[in-house]
Amino acid sequence: MYIIIVGGGSVGYYLCKALLNEGHEVLLMEKDAAKCEGFEDELGSVCLRGDGCEVATLAEAGVSRADVFIATTGEDEDNLVACQVAKHKFEVPRTIARVNNPKNESIFKKLGIDCAISVTNLILEHIEEEIPTHPLIHLLAMGEEGVEVVEVRIREESAAVGKSVKELSLPEDSVLALVIRNGEKPQVPTADTILKADDRVIALMPTGSEEALRKELVGS
Amino acid sequence: MNVIIMGCGRVGAQLASLLDAEGHKVTVLDVDAYSFRRLPSTFGGTALIGDGTDEEMLKKAGISEADAFVAVTQGDNRNVVGAQIAKHVFNIPKVVCRIYDPLRKDIYEALGLETISPTTVFAQMLKEKLLAM
Repeated sequence: MYIIIVGGGSVGYYLCKALLNEGHEVLLMEKDAAKCEGFEDELGSVCLRGDGCEVATLAEAGVSRADVFIATTGEDEDNLVACQVAKHKFEVPRTIARVNNPKNESIFKKLGIDCAISVTNLILEHIEEEIPTHPLIHLLAMGEEGVEVVEVRIREESAAVGKSVKELSLPEDSVLALVIRNGEKPQVPTADTILKADDRVIALMPTGSEEALRKELVGS
Repeated sequence: MNVIIMGCGRVGAQLASLLDAEGHKVTVLDVDAYSFRRLPSTFGGTALIGDGTDEEMLKKAGISEADAFVAVTQGDNRNVVGAQIAKHVFNIPKVVCRIYDPLRKDIYEALGLETISPTTVFAQMLKEKLLAM
C-alpha cells in the first residue's frame, strides 16, 4: 500500500518506521528541513520537505495514488485541512487524522474524515484501565455505530450485588455480554444470572450511557 | 444582524467596528487579549478571549443565536475549521471565511464554503491599478 504521513513528530516518525517494517511504501511529509535530513539519514529517501496542507506539495508527493493518508501533527486544524484536501482534491480513499482536542473527534468525522483518533481519549482510557479502583473501563468504541464496549467491576458495596440481570434496569439498548468470575469460565449471562462481588461484567452500551450504566451496576 | 467574528486582527477589528456602527450585534473572538486594542473606544459589541475553533467557546460566544460567522484569523486552516464548525455543526446561515492560499480556497469553495482569498483579490486590484496608469 502507498501510505502518506503528514507530520514528523514522534507519532509520525514511529508510525513511518512501523509501516516501513511491514513492507509498505511510505512517504513522510515534514516542514522542518533539519528533521527531514535526519529521517533520510536513518530511513532512506522516505521524506518530503513541505507543508502537508499545500496542494502543490501534495501533488508532488503523488497523493492521488495514495491508499491511505494520515495526518499526525500536533495541530488539529492542520490535520483536518490536510485530510480534507487529500480526500476532496486527490480522492484518497482513506483519511486518518490525529485529534488533540477530544471535542474535535466527532466534528472531524462530521466533516468527512474517515477516521479521527483522539490522543487524549486514548490515553485516558488506558490510564483508567491501569487504575484498579476505577469501576468502569472503556474497552472499545465502535464510533460510527455509536456503541461502546465497557468493563464494569462489581464491588462488595455495589448496587447490583445479589441481583439477577432481569432485576436490573439497564439503560436503553444496553446489554450485559459476559460475566467474568474468578476461577470460573467466563459466561454469557442469562436473565437469571445473579451478579456477585468481584465479578467483571463486559457490557455493550450506546455512547453516552456510561453514567446510567455505572449507577445501576455500581451505585452512586 | 447578530455576527460573530473570529480573529481581531486589522480586518476583524475594522469589520467589527463597521458593523457595530451600523447597529448590528457584534461578538469578536481572539485568543490574544492584546488584539482587542484594535477595536475603537466607541465599540459597543462584545470582545471575548477564546479560540473560535473550539465548540464550547463558540457556544459561549452565543453562536446558537448568530445569523452570521466570519473567520479572519491569520491562519487559513484555523479559518477553515472555525467556518466549517459554524456552518456544519451550528448551521449558521451565513458563513464567510478568509483563505490566503488560492488553491485551498478553490477546494473549500467547491465544498460549499463561502470564501475570499485576499491574495487573488489584491493581485487583481494591483494589476488593474498598474494597467490603468
